Amino acid sequence: MEAIVALILMALGALVIWDSVRLGWRWGLEGPQAGYFPFRIGVLIILSSVVTLAVALFRRRGEASTFVHRHELMLVLRVLVPTVVFIVLIGFIGIYFAMALFIGFFMWWHGRFSAVKFLPVAVLVPLILFLLFELWFLIPLPKGPVEEWLGF
Amino acid sequence: MDSLFSLIDGFGVLADPANILYMMIGVSLGVLIGVLPGLGGANGVAILLPLTFSMSPTSAIIMLSCIYWGALFGGAVTSILFNIPGEPWSVATTFDGHPMAQQGRAGEALTAAFTASFVGALVAVVIITFFAPLVANFALRFGPPEFFAVQLLTFASFVGLDRSSPFKTLASMMLGFALAAVGIDIVTGQLRLTFGSHELLRGFDFLVAVIGLFGIGEILLSMETGLSFKGAKARINPTVVLQTWAKLPRYWATALRGCIIGCWMGIKPGGATPASFMSYGIAKRLSKNGDKFGTGELEGVVAPESAAHAAGTTALLPMLTLGIPGSPTAAVMLGGLLIWGLQPGPLLFIEQKDFVWGLIASMYIGNIAGLIVVLTTVPLFAAILRIPFSIIAPIIIAICAVGAYTVHNALLDVSLMLLFGVVGYIFKKLSYPLAPLVLALVLGDLAESSFRQSMLISNGSLAIFWSNWLVGTICTLAFFLLFWPLISMGLARLRRRQVAVEAD
Repeated sequence: MEAIVALILMALGALVIWDSVRLGWRWGLEGPQAGYFPFRIGVLIILSSVVTLAVALFRRRGEASTFVHRHELMLVLRVLVPTVVFIVLIGFIGIYFAMALFIGFFMWWHGRFSAVKFLPVAVLVPLILFLLFELWFLIPLPKGPVEEWLGF
Repeated sequence: MDSLFSLIDGFGVLADPANILYMMIGVSLGVLIGVLPGLGGANGVAILLPLTFSMSPTSAIIMLSCIYWGALFGGAVTSILFNIPGEPWSVATTFDGHPMAQQGRAGEALTAAFTASFVGALVAVVIITFFAPLVANFALRFGPPEFFAVQLLTFASFVGLDRSSPFKTLASMMLGFALAAVGIDIVTGQLRLTFGSHELLRGFDFLVAVIGLFGIGEILLSMETGLSFKGAKARINPTVVLQTWAKLPRYWATALRGCIIGCWMGIKPGGATPASFMSYGIAKRLSKNGDKFGTGELEGVVAPESAAHAAGTTALLPMLTLGIPGSPTAAVMLGGLLIWGLQPGPLLFIEQKDFVWGLIASMYIGNIAGLIVVLTTVPLFAAILRIPFSIIAPIIIAICAVGAYTVHNALLDVSLMLLFGVVGYIFKKLSYPLAPLVLALVLGDLAESSFRQSMLISNGSLAIFWSNWLVGTICTLAFFLLFWPLISMGLARLRRRQVAVEAD
């Protein structure tokens, strides 16, 4: 994993350099060109990642540590996947309903809460946030068809 | 003397009851943020920053800085009661704080921690009051090369002082700079690193990055360990507080040492965590009960807490005077200042007197308010920690999403937040430090423009960074810190060789 991250960082560094070269990384007519500074950044990213990669590869023998255990990864994914769904849902049904579904689902799935317990939390949290943002601070958050139908 | 008069004016700004109200709200929110896992000072302030856009800058910064004080206090609660450091600088507090709580002396440990923090913060604020105007005055003479030199010093000290691999620090920092470069180049107006995407035109907002890296990343990390809070009971009553206060004066030397270490380290970036460890270590070595440290010594709580708070507070000094934040939270506040159209730096002390002195005065009152709030509400916050993680986690994720959205009212930011969350999780697991990334993201544009301005002045010659004694000293110091890991390695090897020679 150490090596993979170092490689990804190197790729990002290369990307930065590539775009800087397109913009001009040298000294232009009126001074430094737009890519002047990023070019150096890109070079430094690659250099530092090369060292990290080398260290990771040399350490391979002997003390190879596991990045994440299987059951740990499962636990993390059990948070990550619902969150991805939640964020995708925001675009369709608005943040408040997506939030209610997300909190309810999460409590039911992880905490094995019964409907009596997860429903109040899942309803109250979005409701409080709704009052706080839409009415008190007047900051509009993404809303879906249901809120529109209610006249917001 | 000028400082004193200005400070009195500052208290005048605070007399507005609305500001006092914001202060109390800020402190309470801050403690809550400090106590909850996955929410820390930096992303707490980041989430709440958009809410303050409708306030006046003075009220807003007072509330935000009070959130910061609250978070600093709150970190100690989790360390002592649950052995879970809420913030990296409260790690040293767990060493003696948690054993005390296990022995049923939680109230004592908490009182000592809060009081020590309060003293540390107070000393630091006094230093800011008298020292900041001097630094600002001095910095008025700074030109672009000097500013770049100070920024270089900031970043170099990260590489030199961080305990993780210097190359990882460098990579994380440069990634921050690269992300900061995305968008429209301020000098030439060209599009950089956008690859034709309109959404990327805005660039990466550091607020979104902070919320993702620290908030979501933290949740993922704590989920992995299957977090279950098993904490000691907290009960604080006036008798315990008074009894502890009666004992505390004995440790004045430890506290004073903590304050000095904290103030000294806090001015440098990322100082609070090393300061707390250093103070703990020195107290352990110098104390009569040093060998009992780690088993529940009151002194072992006083030492790291006073240093951490002093450092956390003085981190605001370079932010106000030079525009260079000393901690991720200070970086977020600096970003807030920029959004309100206030350019942090020496001119702030001349052009925005009310703002600066109002803020400094609020540091005094905010810390007093913080002490009162934490002493009275600890049982409440400890009860919040007993709420199962499966309820807290989705609510925090949802609030993070709201926070990320409100920065620019853009849905893409919410997805970016999640991406940063995953990056934060992976970086933390591989011990890439996150603070340099955030700092580089905030300071990226400033650092780049001061670098380019210096290059323009000198016509592309790097010699400008050694053109006078001021900039030369700062740059040399920066390079010294940058190569400190190498230097200290070399010194250690030399010493070992000497020892070997003597042994022969």
